[in-house]
Amino acid sequence: MAVEQSTTLSRETLLDWYYQIVLIRQFEERCDALYKDHKITGVYLHLYSGHEAVGVGALAALGTDDHVITAYRDHGIALARGVDAKPLMAEMMGKRTGVSGGKGGSMHLASRAHNFWGGYAIVGGHFPLATGIALKVRYMKEPNVVLCFMGDGATNNGYFHEAVNMAAVWDLPVIWLIENNLVGMGTRIEDSSGQPQLHKRAAAYGIKDGGRVDGQNVVEMYEAVSQAAAYAKKKGPVLLEALTYRYSGHGVSDKQYNVREDLASELKQWQDARDPINVLRGIINASYPGAEAELKALEDRADGVVEESVKFADESPVPTYEDLISNVYVGRSPLD
Amino acid sequence: MAEKNISMRDALRDALREEMIRDERVFIMGEEVGRWQGTHRVTRGFYEEFGAERVRDTPISEMAIAGAAVGAAMAGLRPVAELMTINFAFLSLDAMVNHAAKIHYMFNGQFTVPLVFRAATGWGNQATATHSHTPEPIFAHFPGMYVAMPSNARDAKGMLKAAIRDDNPVLFSEVIALYPKPSLVPDDADFVLPIGKSDVKREGSDVTIVSFGRGVEWSLEAAKQLSEKDGIECEVVDLRWLRPLDLDPVYESFKKTNRCVVVEESLPMYSVGSEVAARLQEAAFDYMDAPVRRVSAMDVPLPFARDIELMALPSAQKVMTAVREVLG
Repeated sequence: MAVEQSTTLSRETLLDWYYQIVLIRQFEERCDALYKDHKITGVYLHLYSGHEAVGVGALAALGTDDHVITAYRDHGIALARGVDAKPLMAEMMGKRTGVSGGKGGSMHLASRAHNFWGGYAIVGGHFPLATGIALKVRYMKEPNVVLCFMGDGATNNGYFHEAVNMAAVWDLPVIWLIENNLVGMGTRIEDSSGQPQLHKRAAAYGIKDGGRVDGQNVVEMYEAVSQAAAYAKKKGPVLLEALTYRYSGHGVSDKQYNVREDLASELKQWQDARDPINVLRGIINASYPGAEAELKALEDRADGVVEESVKFADESPVPTYEDLISNVYVGRSPLD
Repeated sequence: MAEKNISMRDALRDALREEMIRDERVFIMGEEVGRWQGTHRVTRGFYEEFGAERVRDTPISEMAIAGAAVGAAMAGLRPVAELMTINFAFLSLDAMVNHAAKIHYMFNGQFTVPLVFRAATGWGNQATATHSHTPEPIFAHFPGMYVAMPSNARDAKGMLKAAIRDDNPVLFSEVIALYPKPSLVPDDADFVLPIGKSDVKREGSDVTIVSFGRGVEWSLEAAKQLSEKDGIECEVVDLRWLRPLDLDPVYESFKKTNRCVVVEESLPMYSVGSEVAARLQEAAFDYMDAPVRRVSAMDVPLPFARDIELMALPSAQKVMTAVREVLG
């Protein structure tokens, strides 16, 4: 059941977010199908389905000069940041036209032009990178903020402690945004964290506790991250926890949902009651009734964009030997 | 060019200071680099001269020191991150190997990582097993990050300045035992040595000795004694950089001497000695008159007691023995 909640945000804004959320969902479902079709290959593919409102709401609160960094569940973040679907899909398929030239793959999407500093695959490894980017912001006296996404499981890694503490000591403008989907790979939050209310860890570092936000509600995400950004720019780090759920397991290798009744039933509950698309539909209906036709048109538009991205990726060339040996170093060939 | 006779510590300090004056994006971060004046006093006076923004004392957080340096470098600064000693770099290994070295490649050139990790290295001071590593070959294993290890004050200055000015990540290892040792150093703010260039430190026609870091000192001492006592003339090639690795002067020398000894402070397995021996047989097999000999630390953890610690370490004496062996 979707919450019928009204908002003062403009109709255009809500429709834009609806489009973005639907685009991510369709992109991810298409990736899943392409993986089963062996068009997307390799062992890793971590889908963002279920999390869409977290990324879309959070990134709507940022300006283009602000900075974004995340882990390996990065497709949705890239799309929400405004990166074109075509080079993203090409990267999924390991094509030369991909955002990372086919050398990064699904876990290492990035776009320097969008201040999207990439997806990283060593759990926690990107936290100090966020600290370092925020240090540059402070060092150059820039008015911006760094938004660092992370999964709940990553908060138990030593990187979390060191990077969050260092940013705290230096009052750096970082929002640490935990996407708590209750499970780190296959281990439940209550089995991995002494304090499962992860936002409360803010107290340990003397930083702002941004609280726990409904990650399925794009409006609440937008408002929470807007407040966090304003605080972080003026005063220093904020730790924010978004409660969400992953629809496709940890990654393509995750078969638990096929065999475990408890997980399948939990997934169904989230999909039925808290799906980010339905939640936003409810908000739009409550605030601006009668948008059904437009929503359908946005879904069709997203479908077209995904279709086009697949065609682009499919027709793109694979990387060459020159690509294999390029960009190992700046200004030096690895063969020298 | 005017030169001054200064210690490696002072040469490194000059290099850092000159580069910080030259480029405001260059800053220092690390444990005890500021108020404490640097554990090895390389950054003495910097906190007072450049202030807390550019000489940043960090928490004891080696993962975050290395990782934050990577992020700051990607974003446009030029960090010199001090890891205090190389022993603590094992805690930084992921940030160094998976991020510093790979980000430029992984995102196909969208980001560069122009940083320097400085670390004091070496053993022989009864620092015991966990504080007695010379593990630079481990770091040189991975493509994407350079590894520098100077053997004297002059090289240290020119190489550190090159490392700071370069757009690639560099691990810059400084042998603790060499900090106080002086040599003539150009008094020139633009004295920059090329990256990845070996240097012939002594010419000779009988045996090629390949070394780097502190091994160069033992090699030169051995060469001197062998020349004086036995009339054996060794050519000593100082690699200076473990990556990029420049073996051309080694091949050239070997084609003249037909015999080679590799001297290193590091452990013997998967070592620079292993690499040089392998490459020599690939590149100059027909010139080989004797098996390549390797002088390294012994394959044991370092103990505390002075007598047995020294037993495990290479020395000029051990180099001399190896040279005599390859001469048969």
